[in-house]
Amino acid sequence: MARAVTTQRKAINTTFAWIIGLLIFFPILWTILTSFKTEAQAISDPPIFLFFDWTTENYSTVMERSNYGRFLWNSIIIAGGSTILGIMIAIPAAWSMAFVPSRRTKDILLWMLSTKMLPAVGVLYPIYLLFIQLGLLDNVYGLTFILMLINLPIIVWMLYTYFREIPAEILEAARMDGAGLKSEILYVLTPMAIPGIASTLLLNFILAWNEAFWTLNLTAAQAAPLTAFIASYSSPEGLFYAKLSAASTMAIAPILIMGWFSQKQLVRGLTFGAVK
Amino acid sequence: MATKASRSAARLMMAPAVILLLGWMLVPLTMTVWFSFRTYLPLRGGDQGWTGFDNYVRFVTSSSFWPAVTTTLIILGSVLVITIVLGVLLAILLDQPMWGQGVVRILVIAPFFVMPTVSALVWKNIFMDPTNGLFSHLWRLFGAEPVSWLSDAAIPSIVMIVSWQWLPFATLILLTAIQSLDSEQLEAAEMDGASPLSRFAYITLPHLGRAITIVVLIQTIFLLAIFAEIFVTTGGAFGTRTLSYLIFQRVLESQNIGLGSAGGVYAIILANIVALFLMRIVGKNLDN
Repeated sequence: MARAVTTQRKAINTTFAWIIGLLIFFPILWTILTSFKTEAQAISDPPIFLFFDWTTENYSTVMERSNYGRFLWNSIIIAGGSTILGIMIAIPAAWSMAFVPSRRTKDILLWMLSTKMLPAVGVLYPIYLLFIQLGLLDNVYGLTFILMLINLPIIVWMLYTYFREIPAEILEAARMDGAGLKSEILYVLTPMAIPGIASTLLLNFILAWNEAFWTLNLTAAQAAPLTAFIASYSSPEGLFYAKLSAASTMAIAPILIMGWFSQKQLVRGLTFGAVK
Repeated sequence: MATKASRSAARLMMAPAVILLLGWMLVPLTMTVWFSFRTYLPLRGGDQGWTGFDNYVRFVTSSSFWPAVTTTLIILGSVLVITIVLGVLLAILLDQPMWGQGVVRILVIAPFFVMPTVSALVWKNIFMDPTNGLFSHLWRLFGAEPVSWLSDAAIPSIVMIVSWQWLPFATLILLTAIQSLDSEQLEAAEMDGASPLSRFAYITLPHLGRAITIVVLIQTIFLLAIFAEIFVTTGGAFGTRTLSYLIFQRVLESQNIGLGSAGGVYAIILANIVALFLMRIVGKNLDN
């Protein structure tokens, strides 16, 4: 930068940006704070910002009362399972598109993306019906499979853009040395692509964790993940702000932390490489 | 150069992904189209045979169709305008030199990672509740009558919740685009005496054109399908029934599969029109 920035201007920028940043973050901050209040303090007027009797009672109540562990476990299985399964299917596909492209590669990639645009509500009943017939309704594995299909286009696409950055000569050298296709992918490509695969894993885990159409419509008591658990708090009799906040905080905390690590991948993954 | 053997191996390795997605697209789609031409009421007599285009006609002539279209367009349009305008301003601000830039960025991006059911529920109760919500406390503090946000101003409330969720996405993408702008160009313009406003209008904004288009298209596809935010807050009441929520109600609540499927076909066609534009931009980018 050739231009010197005055300290004064920097201070103004900083003040502005922090005020706006805190304003945007405030609902999350407030939810986290409320989760440590008593129910009475949670709805007190005027609201108490920081000087309340901090308590972790809400967390233990939520965990005891609602079998929180099972919802959490379901979320982990569904988000983790669908992502890992998707990556296992996508690696070979992305490999062949990145290193052995044909005239149709571009069309296939675009077609895969277009399946992502299919509005879920348009195919709700067929899936619902198939799930009943196959006994998959309210089943974690059925949901894992659906979420895998939903995120597969993004997974293929992200891996493809990462693989393209790996020089093909390295793979060719391995082939010259007598490596078979399987060991080429497993021992040469995959280790080199670990950062890209990790980013793909992270972003798609987040997307699957937060998915709230199929998880709400295809589950009841057994397979419900955290999205459905939280939605069950919308009935008026279950309305206790502090407990609602504690449950919400537990549902979003792991993803917020993961999300902060995946900012860069977010742009690549959700714009399909169109913004760099 | 790829050999013939590796070509066929490549085709084989693509097969699982292609077959799965093909099945995912064709099977439910065929079923939806099939149901849309039938009178199918699982709870009231089951499948009662072909009805031609009746469902398609009934879906668009029902009294809830046009209000749903209007609601969808109002929510979509408002959220797009809010997130893009604020997103551009925020991206420019975040691109300026400042202290703690990384932390501010994290604060701004955070809402995007909040589960939709959580953000809907938190906004609905902790903020917008007319007796105990934070807004009602604030209103009373200034001597005003608290507002029942989600019943008296339901659409603006939903727009506000959804904008809060999507502003981080728009900001992040626009910020990425701004950072790729050549700063020398801006400096040269500044030295030639261009005002900040005209530098923004003639250099920054045109540079952002493509990123803005992409944000509009991607958000449109996701916003046409918003579900949890309405399901949790109003359940489609108080004029917040969007087109996709109407279809959801036809299918699962009133169990009129034929009618709902016809609506689904309309939704699929609509989404495909938007997707076509997006694909063209993405495809062009793939060439270079």
